[in-house]
Amino acid sequence: MIRAVAIVLALTFTTPAAAQTVAITGGRVVTMGPAGEIERGTVVITGGRIVAVGADVAVPPSAKIVDATGKIVTPGLVAAGTALGLIEVRAVETTDDRATDASDVSAAFDAGYGLNPDSLLIPVARLGGITRAITTPAYKDRSDRELLFAGQAAAVVLDGRAMLMKRGVAMVLDMGDAGAERAGGARAAELVALRALFAEVRDYRARRAAYDRGETRDYTLSRADMDALIPVVEGRMPLLVSVNRAADIRDALALGREEGLKLILESASEGWRVADEIAAAGVPVLLTPVENTPASFEMLGATLTNAARLAAAGVTIAIEGNDNHREREMRYNAGNAAANGLDRQAALAAITINPARIFGLADRIGSLEAGKEGDVVIWDGDPLDTLARPTAVFIRGAAQPMTSRATELRDRYLPAVLHPSNGETP
Amino acid sequence: MASTIKHLGGTCIALISLAIAGVAFAAHGAPDDPFPATYHPARSAPLAIVGATVLTGTGAEMADATLLIADGKIEAVGASLPVPEGYARVDGRGKWVTPGIIDAHSHLGVYPSPATPSHEDGNEAVSPNTAEVWAEHSVWPQDPKFRLARAGGVTSLMILPGSANLFGGRSVTLKNVPSVTAQGMKFPGAPYGLKIACGENPKRVYGSKGRSPATRMGNVAGYRKAWIDAADYVRRQDKWEAGAKAGDPPKRDLQLETLAGVLRGEILVQNHCYRADEMAVMIDVAREFGFKIRTFHHANEAFKIAPLLAKEDICVATWGNSWGAKMESLDGIEENAPMIDAAGGCAIIHSDDGLLIQRLNQEAGIAMTAANHAGLPVSRGEAIKWITANPAKAMGIADKVGTLEPGKMADVVLWSANPFSVYALADRVWVDGVVQWDRADPRYQSPSDFVLGQPGQGFVR
Repeated sequence: MIRAVAIVLALTFTTPAAAQTVAITGGRVVTMGPAGEIERGTVVITGGRIVAVGADVAVPPSAKIVDATGKIVTPGLVAAGTALGLIEVRAVETTDDRATDASDVSAAFDAGYGLNPDSLLIPVARLGGITRAITTPAYKDRSDRELLFAGQAAAVVLDGRAMLMKRGVAMVLDMGDAGAERAGGARAAELVALRALFAEVRDYRARRAAYDRGETRDYTLSRADMDALIPVVEGRMPLLVSVNRAADIRDALALGREEGLKLILESASEGWRVADEIAAAGVPVLLTPVENTPASFEMLGATLTNAARLAAAGVTIAIEGNDNHREREMRYNAGNAAANGLDRQAALAAITINPARIFGLADRIGSLEAGKEGDVVIWDGDPLDTLARPTAVFIRGAAQPMTSRATELRDRYLPAVLHPSNGETP
Repeated sequence: MASTIKHLGGTCIALISLAIAGVAFAAHGAPDDPFPATYHPARSAPLAIVGATVLTGTGAEMADATLLIADGKIEAVGASLPVPEGYARVDGRGKWVTPGIIDAHSHLGVYPSPATPSHEDGNEAVSPNTAEVWAEHSVWPQDPKFRLARAGGVTSLMILPGSANLFGGRSVTLKNVPSVTAQGMKFPGAPYGLKIACGENPKRVYGSKGRSPATRMGNVAGYRKAWIDAADYVRRQDKWEAGAKAGDPPKRDLQLETLAGVLRGEILVQNHCYRADEMAVMIDVAREFGFKIRTFHHANEAFKIAPLLAKEDICVATWGNSWGAKMESLDGIEENAPMIDAAGGCAIIHSDDGLLIQRLNQEAGIAMTAANHAGLPVSRGEAIKWITANPAKAMGIADKVGTLEPGKMADVVLWSANPFSVYALADRVWVDGVVQWDRADPRYQSPSDFVLGQPGQGFVR
């Protein structure tokens, strides 16, 4: 059994392309790192890692040269708030592994398991320039089981090989309307329940041996859930709180302060109203800036200018896509934030280096710097614009196929459209 | 109404008579227009938009052009047109002008924001055939999304019932103007549509209740049974009329009246249908009963039968980006609309969504750009039709809006940049020559009543 696993791993992790040296030359290189923007720059990748970035970089003689003259070169995009790898068709339950309704698994649910690198969604996202993602668990409520935590998010890589990059990059929690509903119908119920749960986790952490001997009081959560929450109460694993109303954001910030948690806010429709407080707390925000409708009573202040206002207040923001199948729209979401006041460079940061930083991955991805993994996208125009497309995508130094099932379908039927006289469609 | 007259005396009878005189009756006993549009555009001063790049909606792109608007109508468009005296000048240099954006598939007002059960009124999901319901009776004009759509350049939109039922009911076409009533938004003279749904939704909704339809074959049986009844209804009415209207007229039936309107060619079929094979079946059903399908909506697989749809003259209202939520939408591709277009068909980018309706221009840009990359060249002049002239055709209002041809309603958008770009914002939007949106002037941003006093009211979008 163990031997079989080893063989699979060997097959999965070894591809010749990653070992090759690639030099991307002549493009405008937007590094998102200390080197800033390089008008005509070169990026050299060897063994899957970036070894050099700059205007005067020597191209190794063995390198495969990719000419990016007239094009824009950026880091691979990092999609926060997705379920890539855990979902195929929303309406087909067996293909949806985002959530559980098991009564003893909430915080322990780990999106790093069950990932499917063959998902049809992955090439589609990749054609939008996305090379990494934060795969985030969802909720599956039952009337007799409404646990507060959705589980732990995982960082994943989208090159079709084994997906897991890093487990447990955040613990996911809804507050506001949805959290209140799970806690018994009121915001106060959730805020009290969370404080009680964190106290139990601390108690359990101090008495694990006694717990094993059955000498502790009963705890609300399962052992697995409490184990999963230890790094959260220790402030090591961020608590990713989905929350919208300004008052709820204040409650979340207060909870984090009192419990010594490391927070990330998600959605934060009314974040602009408390932007200074979010900035002062040093809490980053993930948001979908195009969600500007007052879709619920906790989102009455939703506006397209939220991203720009948060950034202006000094909040680190990451911009999300439009859920899985439409994850590729992430860059357009960033573009719309830019069209509504966010600096363009900040908008690009919000889909590259910022999410990498927020999830503790910036030593490996998010910018074009020597030593980082070789995720690079070449664009034929402004990467935030609907009018531009990627012309090449590299992940860990390997050129990715610029196809998806959708493009294969297109190419199967395109001849019948262009040359209808040539016969029937297949 | 007749039963009350007896008790009301002479004065009221006179009033009732006047009211009846004001309502035109169709030949078949049903009033033509029981909920008449009360929208009348305000008078507007003549206007010249000078120096912009104009996409006319007829396929043309004109650089440095002048657009003249008078009496709420397009007067002329062209390069180096002189501006007549008395026309207000709008500086369009560096900007773009298009016809008002038209959304052929919207649920604004019937699924308003905020989403609460109190006013989620888009699906009468109690019976697979609810052809008798009319979407306009569910529209909540306070839905804040109307304003947001206006800020995205949307000047007309078709509000459809949902897709839970085989026959969901009548659609209504609105002008996107602020109004307290739905009638105050109704597009004068626009025909009604009938929402029909194929596929997964009806069979899921009713199959899960243990009743038909539970399968696609159940869906088709449901359509055919209803059309048989409708044909019978038409026959009885025609017979009564052919018999010099002797005796009592056949009793009106709201459900059959709408279906009969389709068979008589007065109501346009708006058919939610994703899969190519199902669309082909629906074309056969339409042929069996002698009606036309005007538009397939969503239609993710339309590209597989693009030549057939072009030959049948059926429009396709679809997305650039949406796919995969259901098995029937798994085969969605970005180039669906461009491929319909290339086959000579009527391609439309629609929203079906309160966020996307604010960015139909961008969605068209995504599809256009994808097509150009796939070796299927599409010009901007052609692509703009997907959100202007072609939805106008699908909705039966192409003689009134959708292009910047002289004589059409002056529904116009002035964009800050190339409208297919993510950076383009609608600087100003005119409906019938009247400014209904100005990004720089709060007087024209008219938040809905619901939004007043709420945290978001001060913000443009």
